[in-house]
Amino acid sequence: MTREVTLTIDGKQVTVPAGTVIVDAARKAGIDIPVFCYHPKMEPVGMCRMCLVEVGRPMRDRATGEPILEEDGSPKIQFGPKLETACTVPVSEGMVVVGLSEKVQAARKDILEFLLTSHPLDCPICDKGGECPLQDLTMAYGPSESRFIYDEKMHLEKHVPLGDLIYLDRERCIQCARCIRFQDEIAGDAVLEFYHRGRHTDVITNSEPGFDSYWSGNTTDICPVGALTTADFRFGARPWELKNAASICTHCPVGCNLTYNTRREAKSGGNVVIKRAMPRQNEEVNELWICDKGRFAYHFAESEERLTQPLVRKNGELTPVDWDEALTLIASQFRNAGERLLTLVGGRLPNEDLFNLKQLTEGLGGKVALHTYMGGGEYVVRHGLSAGSNLGDLGAGDTVMVIASDLEEEAPLWYLRLKQAAERGAKLIVANPRPTKLERYAGEVVRYTYGQELSIFDDLKAKVAGATNLVIFFGSEGLGLAGSKALAAACADLFVSSGHENTKPNNGLVGVWPAANTQGAWELGFTAGADLGAASLLYIVAADPVSDDTAAAEAIQNADFTVVQDLFLSETAALADVVLPAQAQVEREGTFVSGERRLQRFYPIVTAPGQTRPDFDIAAAIGEKLDIELKGRFPSLVFPQICAQVPAFAGLTYQKLAEVHPQWPLVDRSDRYYGGTSYGNQQGLGVHLQAAEAREIPAAPTAPALPEAEIIAVPVTTLYDHGRMVAASPVLQPRLRKPFIRLHPADAQKLKTTDGMTVGLAVDGGPVAPVLVIEDPAVPQGFALVARSMGVPIHQPATFEIRIAETSMA
Amino acid sequence: MALPERAQVQEILRGMWITFRSMFEKPVTIQYPEVKRRIHTRFRGRHVLNRYENGLEKCIGCSLCAAACPADAIFVESAENTDEERYSPGERYASTYEINMLRCIFCGYCEDACPTQAITLEDNYELSFTSRRDAIYTKERLLVPVPEGGKPTPQKVEPGVFTRAVPEMADPTD
Repeated sequence: MTREVTLTIDGKQVTVPAGTVIVDAARKAGIDIPVFCYHPKMEPVGMCRMCLVEVGRPMRDRATGEPILEEDGSPKIQFGPKLETACTVPVSEGMVVVGLSEKVQAARKDILEFLLTSHPLDCPICDKGGECPLQDLTMAYGPSESRFIYDEKMHLEKHVPLGDLIYLDRERCIQCARCIRFQDEIAGDAVLEFYHRGRHTDVITNSEPGFDSYWSGNTTDICPVGALTTADFRFGARPWELKNAASICTHCPVGCNLTYNTRREAKSGGNVVIKRAMPRQNEEVNELWICDKGRFAYHFAESEERLTQPLVRKNGELTPVDWDEALTLIASQFRNAGERLLTLVGGRLPNEDLFNLKQLTEGLGGKVALHTYMGGGEYVVRHGLSAGSNLGDLGAGDTVMVIASDLEEEAPLWYLRLKQAAERGAKLIVANPRPTKLERYAGEVVRYTYGQELSIFDDLKAKVAGATNLVIFFGSEGLGLAGSKALAAACADLFVSSGHENTKPNNGLVGVWPAANTQGAWELGFTAGADLGAASLLYIVAADPVSDDTAAAEAIQNADFTVVQDLFLSETAALADVVLPAQAQVEREGTFVSGERRLQRFYPIVTAPGQTRPDFDIAAAIGEKLDIELKGRFPSLVFPQICAQVPAFAGLTYQKLAEVHPQWPLVDRSDRYYGGTSYGNQQGLGVHLQAAEAREIPAAPTAPALPEAEIIAVPVTTLYDHGRMVAASPVLQPRLRKPFIRLHPADAQKLKTTDGMTVGLAVDGGPVAPVLVIEDPAVPQGFALVARSMGVPIHQPATFEIRIAETSMA
Repeated sequence: MALPERAQVQEILRGMWITFRSMFEKPVTIQYPEVKRRIHTRFRGRHVLNRYENGLEKCIGCSLCAAACPADAIFVESAENTDEERYSPGERYASTYEINMLRCIFCGYCEDACPTQAITLEDNYELSFTSRRDAIYTKERLLVPVPEGGKPTPQKVEPGVFTRAVPEMADPTD
């Protein structure tokens, strides 16, 4: 328990833990002490001097150590001769802070006058104008006139691209170093730094390509001026014109809380469109940050290629029809379907949709399956995190293990959270066949060879012994469905055998799933690994098995009847008999379960295009034709059914998901100088699912053997893949890497390829795709890394063939 | 029927005299629309979007007029200038600019808010339209003609010349 200290700020008594700086203490008491460089998530530096206050401390008699009292018995306070920076001075007992005196007001005025000496008159065209701390604080504390000579303003470069995503305006920068410190301290990518000195001080990027970080967007949130702005929102709208709506990020299993800013636009045909994605504070999930994928990849929903009406195959062509015709046809085929029906769903579907699809399919006697390249959900359902868990609480004595995952590429916010846990003293064990970025912060690094994952568990058992709390993250690097399931089983075994219980907060397994709601699918009882070829009626929802696996195309062609329900005319949809247009996550409401088993609700942001309908509603409409009663229209009608039937959801309601409690740091949009322009959370922090009761643990499957080959291709995940949900964002285009094969230089030599060469790659005898050869000594010999969802169908370790002749040398 | 009283006759004659007198006065009627009344200096008529002498638009698409508008009559969308296609000096220009004249109350706040004096309320008060759509004045209708010697927008310009959105001004302290 930390010691509490009581002090007086502007006549108000405040009690805060010892070690708190004055700015934070004032914030807790609801008193404004303006800052530019200080940010509650970063170490104070005292660079901007905006927070100057008068600080007085009780006097003590030097001889006796007794407090000296005034005549009226109150302690005598001695004020320092000069002002002190409230962001660097920790509180002490009996301290008196004065922020309202004339001396302090004059200091603030002078500091602002200095900061504005060379600040351009850009507010009308600045993207920050309207939500700018410098603007706000100048209005509140600044001078109305400057004594500096107008013609002596510095004119520096404007509109400097720091990277593809972030622009710097050198004139506007006030050198607070928030961006540099964020990259250093929080993101761990020290790609920004100061250059030159004095009035010429510049922020520059030292990486190639510029600002090479997955966190760059956050610097625009915390920049207290308009020096850093995003390419995405550039001149998009003025901040006061935007409306906001709460959502959950749909790109990875972390479930970051977002606020989408929307505006009705003439150039978008008078429709309401999303103008930008902003982080919404949830200290238990994403704090104040989101990764660049979450911030910039939301454009897929507004793509022109979206399906807008039902299509039915007539004379070999997919022809637009109305809903009733499509549904009637589906109903006639699905009636008496029985075991012939297989419903395959994707992990990006919300719980309500998954539930309705499962009810529909099981009502018809068919089977449901989850389409995923990563298995092991059975174990996470049993041993996942439960109520009270917060990765932000992990610290000394706790152990976090990450195995077979490059967290920064797969679930960036977890990388950030685990990095911080390690910095707080938690023991971080990273096990991967090749070095990953998280290893920099790891207490222990374990190396193994691809395919040998299970052999290290004896060793790991000793490493996790004695941990107060144990969280195990497992991924699918270099593993297919069966391999990752075996890995999950081993992790579960390690978790249980080391004496941990998932009913205790911060104990459990976390799967680094490929999709936002894969965990929800496991919780609702979906299983993976269905054989498409065994079913003659296929109902494929939000999944594109054909692009990952050539066998799926064959299965669809052999099936009697295939219905595909998706946002786009995917490769799978192109083969279907009926294609139904679904709604994107931002167009409807629902709930997701994050990898940490946190149930979170999202809200409709924009109107849906054309005749699209949400997936749960389509399932209900098919059900209606087949006399299976399902709730359509509103997810709020489906959710109580889930809670009644699925034990993990027992007792939950939408109201509970919308509950909030005060979070530290106190961030809301009224005082952007403190926490940046991130949104506070008034729409719900989410709730953990119930810990599973002691159910039977599925027997551990045997790990599949690696294929026989000199060099084996193994799948890895990259953040910016070429899936439609990423590639549809124009702003991310320059950041997308070419499809690649990453090889050890010795292996590259064996294959007669060189770094930077473009070759044809065929995995497992599949189609040939052009890829870039990257030589990387960090890749273990005998293995070639091939990224998933980049145009090369790879879903498990496989043999491959390089064809040099087919493509020209790059 | 009684004869009118003397006082009544007097009143009739007085009235007739006024009529007779006014026959020789200058008429106040103006032959609108052939003849128009003088416009006062501070009259607030229909808005125009002004141009610089070289033809570039003064409007930089900052939306401050829309923010100041008490009737929410103005709608602005902005986009980025390039030296290949330059509409206004600086980085930003208005790609869409619309004023709904049915909503406008001609208060002139937009003019006050404008940092570049791009929007001004001019003399035109002849605002009649036959449909609601016509009441929405688009940027094309609001922009003044290109001045003599200027070029229409977008212009292809030398790089590095028009870098400032808000024009360089003399020391603003005066």
